[in-house]
Order: sequence, then C-alpha cells, then structure tokens
Amino acid sequence: MARKKAEGYLSGKESRRISKENRKTTNILEKKRKRKNVPESEYLTKMHDPANAVEFDNLHTYFFTDAGTVKSVDGVSFEVPVGKTVGVVGESGCGKSVTSLSLMQLLQRPQGQVVEGEIRLNLGDKAVDVAKMPYEAVQHLRGNFVSMIFQEPMTSLNPVFRIGDQLNEVIELHDGEGKSKEDVKKRTIELLEMVGIANSEGVYKMYPHELSGGMRQRVCIAMALACNPKVIIADEPTTALDVTIQAQVLDLLRNLKDKINSSIMFITHDLGVIAEMADYVVVMYAGRIVEKGTAEDIFYHPAHPYTIGLMASKPVVGKQVDKLYSIPGKVPNPINMPDYCYFKDRCEMCVEKCGGEYPCEVSISPTHKVSCYRYSDGQTPDAARNTEEKKGGTAS
Amino acid sequence: MKNYVIKRIIFSIFILFFVTLIIYTLIRCLPASYVETMAMQLSTKPGAKPYEEWVAQLNASYGLDQPILVGYFRWLADFAQGRFGDSWRFTVPVIQKFKEVIGVSFVMGAISLVLELVIAIPLGVIAATKQYSKTDYAISASALVGISLPTFFFATILKLIFSVKLGWFDTHGLVGRNYAQLDAMGKFLDQARHLVLPIATLTIVSVGSLMRYTRTNMLEVLNADYIRTARAKGLSEGKVIYHHAFRNTLIPLVTIVGGSLPGLFSGALITETLFAIPGIGYTSYQAMTAGDIPFAMFYLSFLAVLTLAGNLISDILYAVVDPRVRLS
Repeated sequence: MARKKAEGYLSGKESRRISKENRKTTNILEKKRKRKNVPESEYLTKMHDPANAVEFDNLHTYFFTDAGTVKSVDGVSFEVPVGKTVGVVGESGCGKSVTSLSLMQLLQRPQGQVVEGEIRLNLGDKAVDVAKMPYEAVQHLRGNFVSMIFQEPMTSLNPVFRIGDQLNEVIELHDGEGKSKEDVKKRTIELLEMVGIANSEGVYKMYPHELSGGMRQRVCIAMALACNPKVIIADEPTTALDVTIQAQVLDLLRNLKDKINSSIMFITHDLGVIAEMADYVVVMYAGRIVEKGTAEDIFYHPAHPYTIGLMASKPVVGKQVDKLYSIPGKVPNPINMPDYCYFKDRCEMCVEKCGGEYPCEVSISPTHKVSCYRYSDGQTPDAARNTEEKKGGTAS
Repeated sequence: MKNYVIKRIIFSIFILFFVTLIIYTLIRCLPASYVETMAMQLSTKPGAKPYEEWVAQLNASYGLDQPILVGYFRWLADFAQGRFGDSWRFTVPVIQKFKEVIGVSFVMGAISLVLELVIAIPLGVIAATKQYSKTDYAISASALVGISLPTFFFATILKLIFSVKLGWFDTHGLVGRNYAQLDAMGKFLDQARHLVLPIATLTIVSVGSLMRYTRTNMLEVLNADYIRTARAKGLSEGKVIYHHAFRNTLIPLVTIVGGSLPGLFSGALITETLFAIPGIGYTSYQAMTAGDIPFAMFYLSFLAVLTLAGNLISDILYAVVDPRVRLS
C-alpha cells in the first residue's frame, strides 16, 4: 500500500491517491460489516482449546489514515484461558488497546478495520469469530459476554444521565426480561455495593460530575460487571487514579473475578500492576507480540531484549541509582515499518542474523514463547543475567 | 436557583439602564433630525417664520432643547411609568403602531425559527453520523450555499422562479388584490400564501449555520469517551446516537435557540423591504431614518429587554439540559 517518502512528506497527489484507495478498501469492509440478518453459520467457529475464553489468532488490525496504512496490530496470536488474568504490556501505541477494541469491535470506524485473522470467543455452548461478525450481531455480545473498563474514568460516563440510569440501562438491555423496575434498581444498588460504594442509594441518584475519579472508575467497573460477562477487558483501569485508589481498584477486580469466575484481559504499561494481577503476560512491541508466557516466565526469565529493557527501566525500591535505565532510540514509524526485526535499531544484544526478516516465534519452554533470533537455535535465556533486577521485577 | 434568577434580573436592570443611555445618546447625535426636517418644510410655506425660529420653537415643544442627559432621564421616567409617547413619524401612539406591525413579523420569525430547528437539527445529526459520506457532503454543501447566499439575491431568485416564471405566488405585499372580498378563511389563506416566499427566504438563509453548528457539536460528542462506553454496553446505534449523544448535543444548541428570542420580534429588515411586507423591521427603519426618537427608543429598548431575557432563558435552559451547571 501507500509508502511514505523517507523525509516523511507526502505530495498532494500521493495523499489524494491514498485517501481514494483507503475509501475503496474501507467501503468494502464496512459494507460487509453493515449487512443485516447475516446467518449465524457464517461466523460460528470452534475453539482450538475449550479451556480458553478468547483466542486471538493472527489478528491484523489496520488503520487506513490519509498518510498511509498504520498496521496497529500485525499478526497477534494469544489466548485468554477461562478464569485467568492475562496481562498485556507494552509502550504507548504498541497496539494493546487496539487488540482489545478489535475484540469489542469498537475501533474508530471507518478508518480502523480488522483485515485478517480470527478472534474466537467462547460463549459456553458455542464459539463465534468476532472478526467476521457484522455490527448487528456484535451488539448482543457487548456488555453481555465481553465488557470493557476504560482508562479514562473522568470522561467515560455520560455527564447528563444519572449513575443509576446508566447502570439500569445495561441490566435492562441484557438481563431485563421479566424484571420490574424495582428489581433492576435492586440489582444496580447491589452492584454499587459490590464495587465498594458505601452510599449506594445516594450515588444511584447522582450525576457523574458529583463523584471523584476513583468513584467513577468503580461505577465503570460495576457497569462492566453488571451482566456477569465471561471476559472483562480492563484497559489501563488504574492509570488515571492515585496509588491508594489503584490498590483498592486492583483488589476489587481480583475479588470480583473470583466471584463471577470470568477471564480478565488486563492492559497496562505498569509492570508492578501486572506482576500483582496477571497469570499470563503478553509483551507487545510495535503491533506484534515479542514475548509471551506465564508471569513467572516473563518476570524471572525475560528473554526478549525489549522485555529485559523494560524490566531494567523500572525503579526498584531500596536500590539507589543515579539515572534510571531507559531503552535507547524510538519506535519505528508505524506507516513504514522495517522488514527486519522492529526492535533491531534499539537493541543492545543484536546478533548477526538480526538483519534478516522478522524473526518467527520460538518456544523456549512449553509456556514461554519469544520472537528473537538469539533463541532460534534452541538456547535458553541467559541464566547469568543480573539476578537483583529480576527479583525487583516481582517484589513490587 | 431562585436567588440566581433574582440576581440576574437585578443585573439585567443595570445593564438595561446603560444600554438605553447609550442608545438615547446615539440617536440624539444622529444627523437625521425630525425637527430640522419639519422646520425646513414649515419655513418654506408662504408667510411663515424663518427657519431658525421654527427650529427653536419645535425643539422646545419636542423637548430637544434640553441637554442629552436631562432628555434621557425624562424619557426614562416616562418609560418606567409605561408612557411610551407618540411616534413623530407616524403621528400615532408608539404602542398602537407597534401593535399594528409586530404581528406579521412575529409570525414570520416564529415560523422560520421552527422550520430552521426542524430542518437543521435532524440534518446536522445525520451529517455527523455519516461523516465524509455522500449524504454528509450534500448536506454540508447545501448548508454552505445557504450561508453564503445574500438575502436580497436569494429573495430575488425565489421571486423570479416562483412568482414570475411559475406564477404561484405574488411578488410582494401581504394581501392579494381581491383580499377585501374574501371570507375569514380566504383572508387567512391569502395572507399565508403571501408569506410563503418571505419565510422560505428567512429559513434557507439562516438554516445553514444552525445545521453546521449541530454537525460540529454532534461530531465532537460522538468522539467522546462516554459514547464508546455506551457502545460497549451493547446499546444499538440508534439508541447511542439519539439518546446518549443527542442529549449532549442539545447543550450548546440551547444557547443558540435562547439567543434567537429577540430575533422573533426584531423583524427582518431586508426581507420585509424586498417583499414589501409592513413588519417591524421595515417600520423601525423608517422611524430611525426620520429621527423618530420615541418609536426608535421604544423599539430598541424592547429589543434590549428581549436580548437580556433571552440570555437569562438560555442560562436557565442550560441548567435544565446540563446537570453540571445546575446551581444549588
């Protein structure tokens, strides 16, 4: 598709050609999504492993912008097992949120489109491929089977409706059958109490602006949990909150997960939070997964140079350093990705092979996978690495 | 809320005082003087007094020999007691003339405002929800055409097409030739027929800006985080747009609609003149060019009161639609 010149300038002619092409591509995709009364068989699928709640399989989500196609998510595959928490980490713009928005089909339309791959969602008695579903059908999954907690509690609630009404709406929509107004209200109050809001009757009648950020985030969590979803996506739920509230919200999420036995996909760039919450960790870089494994694999035996750099750039309590480590360089231009390893230009551990095409995934243990040439000949992560650092990675 | 409204009303009275003072000063300073025109006419009559004597006599009898400030306070005292005086230009009480001409202007203003809202808001919402589609381009382009067309040009085009070529409507006037012979229903229909083109002109010329305003606001709201939350709940697209987004779009629109209250009574000078409709816009223009201080003062202070009232109403409406500005 559209290529940007090295200097980053686009001529008017080029830009027009790109927008025209984009419109063509997105129109076809949009039309497919907007169809009505699509037979279910078209998007019914089978889970590869019934113990998984979600399976992302070679997911490609692109944004067709006027400056060229941005491959936000470029071949991402991972699983979210039932009842487990999967942490997704990576720096800003690496495609964490876009992956989760693809699952909800909440991408900015029409620019953002899932162009390839499967997102298999386990609904219990059957499984569907969200990537192939039309908008109409996805609506019934949102809030019901998959729900999402957004990163901005201050702006995620509609300012002109009362908290109670906003919560009632979800319950009425998915669980409302045969329930009277009083029943719905009772459930809403119950939810508010469950997320630790003391004055639930009062908050029920309040508007969002009358609540603090932490309280609003609790309301958002209550909203996400209202219909006991199978999968909860928590997109940086604690980023906008101060540390004490963060701890409370994390505790809350963990307890609630056990209570309703759902899976959580936890997106953050806070490694401390991940260490505390996640069973499995997926590390993303520039739209691709560079390393995935159990929390132990990632924190005790980080293999990919990027993960190692991340661990090193985290402050450690009790350790005095003059200057905190930071990974040198910057992420490549998303419109014009190199054809070798995306991390090569910033990597301090390059080997000769790194100049070749993007490395494929290598298993270094049954649970631990990494995309790096350093492990392509079957060696295990260097055991002689700074042990102090690794301890610090889990202590927080 | 009650205290707030009372406070606002007291402020409004202060503002009104200064606004009328400025208007009075400006009118007194205008080069168009009713007295001078009268004196000129009277002095040309055979055997009349010379011009200077007439001016002095008329100035004394119209109270224009007083300094501006004194004249203003005299006018203010009368105004406060509800004595609006007689129009110099039309030689009838101001109120009587006002009542004669306000009706048709109000009807025109009100109908075109309602039409504007009914046309602009839905189209603006549709354009925003289908951003960059053909529908959006069509709506935005026609809005731009509406904004860009000058009233006099557009009114003339309408007259050419619908009156001259098609012969559906009369080119001007409020009543037809055989108005006097019609029964009540016929009279009403005759007047209505004569108002079609003026109202069409008023509506089309001003509908564009409201439409664009709605579109911009709707777009901003549709990109807000809470709309994504509403979608994440699993609500249908219609519910998201017409329930969650629309309530938020209403907030800025209310200020516009509240602010258009004086527009209902101010009349439309150009349109009324082009279609020869005896409305308040045309009448006040005549009064002002003749230096008719009582009528001009009454009309302008009336508009000032309405503007202040409009602001107050839009503030109150603001609180109704937006809980964040509700005052305790």
